[in-house]
Amino acid sequence: MSHLVEIRNLKVEATTDAGRRVDIIKGVDFDIAEGEIVALIGESGSGKTTIALTLLGHTRTGCRIAGGSIRVAGRDMAQLSEKGRTRVRGSEVAYVPQSAAAAFNPAQRIMDQVIEITRIHGLMPRAAAEAKAVELFRALSLPSPETIGTRYPHQVSGGQLQRLSAAMALIGDPKLVIFDEPTTALDVTTQIEVLRAFKSVMRQSRMAGVYVSHDLAVVAQIADRIVVLKGGEVQEIGTTREILSAPKHPYTRALLAAFSPPGRVTAQPAAENDTARPVLELEAVSAGYGKPGADGTPPILAVDKVSFRLERGRNLGIIGESGCGKSTLARTIAGIIPPASGHIYLDGKPVAPRARDRSPDELRRLQIVFQSADTALNPAKSIADILGRPLAFYHGLRGAARDARIDRLLDLVHLPRTLKHRLPAELSGGQKQRVNLARALAADPDLILCDEITSALDTVVAAAIIDLLKDLQQELGLSYVFISHDLHTVQAICDEVAVMYRGEKVEQLPARDVGSAAGHPYSRLLMASVPKLDPTWLDRLERDPELVAAFAKR
Amino acid sequence: MNTHLLSLLGGRLLVALFTLFVVSFVVFGATQILPGDVAEVLLGQAATPEAVAGLRAAMHLDDPAILRFFYWLGGLVTGDLGTSYANNMPIAQLIGGRLKSSLQLAAATALFSVPIALALGITSAMLRGTLYDRAITTATITVISVPEFMVATAGVLIFAVWLKWLPSLSITRNVDSFGELIRIYAMPVFTLSFVISAQMIRMTRAAVIEALNTPYVEMARLKGASRTRIVLRHALPNALGPIVNAVALSLSYLLGGVIIVETIFNYPGIAKLMVDAVSTRDLPLIQSCAMIFCFVYLLLITTADIIAILSNPKLR
Amino acid sequence: MAIDVSPTFKPRLPGYRFNLTGWASLAVVITWAAVAVLAPYLTPHGVGDIVDLDYFGPMSAEFPLGTDYLGRDMLSRILLGARYTVGISLAATLIACTAGVTLGMAAAVSGGWFDAALSRFLDALNSIPSKLFGLVVVAGVGSSIPVLILTLAIIYTPGSYRFARALAVNVNTMDFVTVARIRGEKLGYLIGSEILPNIIGPVFADVGIRFVFIVLLLSGLSFLGLGVQPPEADWGALVRENIGGLPFGAPAVMAPSFAIASLTIAVNLLIDNLPQKIRDRSA
Repeated sequence: MSHLVEIRNLKVEATTDAGRRVDIIKGVDFDIAEGEIVALIGESGSGKTTIALTLLGHTRTGCRIAGGSIRVAGRDMAQLSEKGRTRVRGSEVAYVPQSAAAAFNPAQRIMDQVIEITRIHGLMPRAAAEAKAVELFRALSLPSPETIGTRYPHQVSGGQLQRLSAAMALIGDPKLVIFDEPTTALDVTTQIEVLRAFKSVMRQSRMAGVYVSHDLAVVAQIADRIVVLKGGEVQEIGTTREILSAPKHPYTRALLAAFSPPGRVTAQPAAENDTARPVLELEAVSAGYGKPGADGTPPILAVDKVSFRLERGRNLGIIGESGCGKSTLARTIAGIIPPASGHIYLDGKPVAPRARDRSPDELRRLQIVFQSADTALNPAKSIADILGRPLAFYHGLRGAARDARIDRLLDLVHLPRTLKHRLPAELSGGQKQRVNLARALAADPDLILCDEITSALDTVVAAAIIDLLKDLQQELGLSYVFISHDLHTVQAICDEVAVMYRGEKVEQLPARDVGSAAGHPYSRLLMASVPKLDPTWLDRLERDPELVAAFAKR
Repeated sequence: MNTHLLSLLGGRLLVALFTLFVVSFVVFGATQILPGDVAEVLLGQAATPEAVAGLRAAMHLDDPAILRFFYWLGGLVTGDLGTSYANNMPIAQLIGGRLKSSLQLAAATALFSVPIALALGITSAMLRGTLYDRAITTATITVISVPEFMVATAGVLIFAVWLKWLPSLSITRNVDSFGELIRIYAMPVFTLSFVISAQMIRMTRAAVIEALNTPYVEMARLKGASRTRIVLRHALPNALGPIVNAVALSLSYLLGGVIIVETIFNYPGIAKLMVDAVSTRDLPLIQSCAMIFCFVYLLLITTADIIAILSNPKLR
Repeated sequence: MAIDVSPTFKPRLPGYRFNLTGWASLAVVITWAAVAVLAPYLTPHGVGDIVDLDYFGPMSAEFPLGTDYLGRDMLSRILLGARYTVGISLAATLIACTAGVTLGMAAAVSGGWFDAALSRFLDALNSIPSKLFGLVVVAGVGSSIPVLILTLAIIYTPGSYRFARALAVNVNTMDFVTVARIRGEKLGYLIGSEILPNIIGPVFADVGIRFVFIVLLLSGLSFLGLGVQPPEADWGALVRENIGGLPFGAPAVMAPSFAIASLTIAVNLLIDNLPQKIRDRSA
């Protein structure tokens, strides 16, 4: 029997800004059987989403299918006319987008959009379609399934929209559903609910699926087979179990290795006595947004009375889900958002709330590195200029002395010196993040605040950055405050971890103890929600419903 | 209606009022920069010092400028536009009929150009990159780049001088038939429409193209929606705010265009009145005409803003 | 080992690709600029000399663009008119854009009451239709070349401010500006080194568009008799002087219009055909 999907020698080319044509998919083959879920996994730029979209006969602007065939239920999507493709889309192959928040039309009610496929293809009367939609809402365990359809997209949460977008795809009983990184934008505690919902409806309906993701652990829960991609080429195809337990290709192995980085060998504090001044200390710091009220507290309180001490040479991790206030905390420490109350001490001395009121030396000692190197590096300046400015500003270095120091900095972050004449846009994501770090090092700081610095990077690249941070610490005696939503990363580098929830620090404990039975219930829930490489993890996972009700945002 | 929406709308109105205040200050200030005694000008060289002093007192000319500004503003608010220097007639009376003529011209132009411009803007966005789209883009850029009087003179040259289809001047008297009416309005309306349509087409096209580049439009495409459905159901409802804005802005160009067009076609509207007032330096008349223009402009822009706010489902 | 150090080689500045329309419009713009500078050496006849017995003369070998209402050579008058049209507009554009862009960047970076007050005030100024503004000032102050330059500059400063501020606000949200700010950098460095290099492309394009607006407004005012005053004449004034020739289809009416159109269309096309790379530097 022939497969539902047969992709043969698929090539997609893109036209660059300069008018050159580049192959971004370089001859890909794979099959999907009826009712089978195949995952496409790879880093950004590996072509996983491009391949998935060709199953709908769609390419993004500037790209086109240059060769090969994509047979879906016997029809070649590459050969079909635009009209023919239109007939297949939605009815036979359906799509669940990465960001449901952007994929819902803000001006239309949810129900109209969910049943739109049945209207376009004339599949069933409106009443029947709405009844079916409500049934799907229920199957996807959405709250108040009867009425949620009457709302507008901005009135429901991100996790709910993601499930609603699945309902939108499933309404026309397609043969194949494409999930394009559907849980990437969600918090871990929300991701589980969505993942569970997807898994159960796909299992019941026996539809085939393509699941695009960069996250091996997520894919392990839902896919039957995994296709590993890199640079527009298939590296390895195997069943989920094969890929996880016996990866053949070196790239697959690197992916798996990056998933479980070695933990930190806890540094012994230089002198184990209380007289040592902590490099950073916070005393009941609160901060927020909006015009402060009469009592000085802002209407939106993002950080609520957070205190901690960080000793020299040690690292503190701060974890929590989006909106817990961890990034605001970093910005408050750096003086970007002045605290509404509380005190910040640097090296035992209190510092001014606002950066502009701090002395150049205080500013120099505390550096911050931001998540996205794309926005943290001035695209109009060369790497040498970017690194040279803090050297001139803080240390008054000029000419040859400055050039020599720039070379040293590039060596420190393991970048070739030849890079200094380039612009940021000419560097890869990992290289940019290294430059970003080098600029902070140029100040010769005592403490670096790392705000989600590995979150935008691919797994393997992120692991290399973490290794670099460890090396730099040994060499330069730095301290880090490491902010992340990813527990694995934090555990890899930090001695202690503070868990934040809704602006408050719920607990602080040694990195290895996070999520242990003794910890705070929220920490336990958070830890339990992080997907594991074990394919049976999701099915075996039992979460305390009370905990979920108390803490999970849906 | 919720309180957030109401406060948003209230805010818009406040901004409009504040703007009107600043505008009146600038208009008053600009016409008061030059020294020179209005009383002497009005009474002529032969006037006795007593007569001049008497008039100065009557006109509050001895008061500080800021006080005179508030006298003037108070007059505007209560409907007292003052008296013309040139012919001593109440300005309200001078303006009345002229304003009506100008509004007729503007209404005719709007009725004619808005539907055509929207249709052309939307279709060229849908057919982006095609020959049709390129032709429209080139045509609009050309029209935007040339002065209004060039469009008007070229029109007169072609339709009145060479083809002799239309009169080159408008006089809104002795309109006996509908045909006559068309013949008189044709040239001014045509010229004005040309100028404002170009702006409207460009802005509408840009708004629709932006809406077509959103992820929800890609989603609709992946649901199998046809191009018409994508545009009508998904792009247009979300481009409504920017499109209304484009229409309002373009209509406000009418104000500039109307100054040239009324002059060239000798059309008895308020803009012609104002241009004539400038050559006789009839300051009170200029001030009043300027305030009327600015008021109409603000009315258009504020209306467009309010429609945009109301059409946004996130605020409903 | 650092796996990500596999440099993605992109050729640096792969030559600005510039199409035929772009080159042609550039040529027209350069020609008019040269004419404005060299006008006195180029005119075949004296601008004030009555050289034709007939008025509104047709195009001929001696008078390529005919003669005007007094029998003066139109070509000479247009060549000299370029001085006024290009010169006044350029001066006004430079003043408006320098002021607008500087204030816009400063407002975006400073924020707070400075930004709010400046924006409110300039927005209010912007809501006076430009021709009307010109009329009011001319009525109040009278028309002379310095007054024209200043008035045109004031009229177009708010637009330039708004444009630059919008771009600068986007750049200002970027982390690299925050990094510079908490390094302790001052306003001058922030707008000159961090913001300006990232908006310079669109700002240049905007300067061109504003130049077109100013040429059109100046011509319009002169056409109404409120701009450049006789005996001097810019292109708009030339149309006004000769409007009496319209019923005869005299070349003297349309020729100055075509001169304006050739300049403004060329500038607009030049901007539209600039390489994407220059236009979208802010992206």
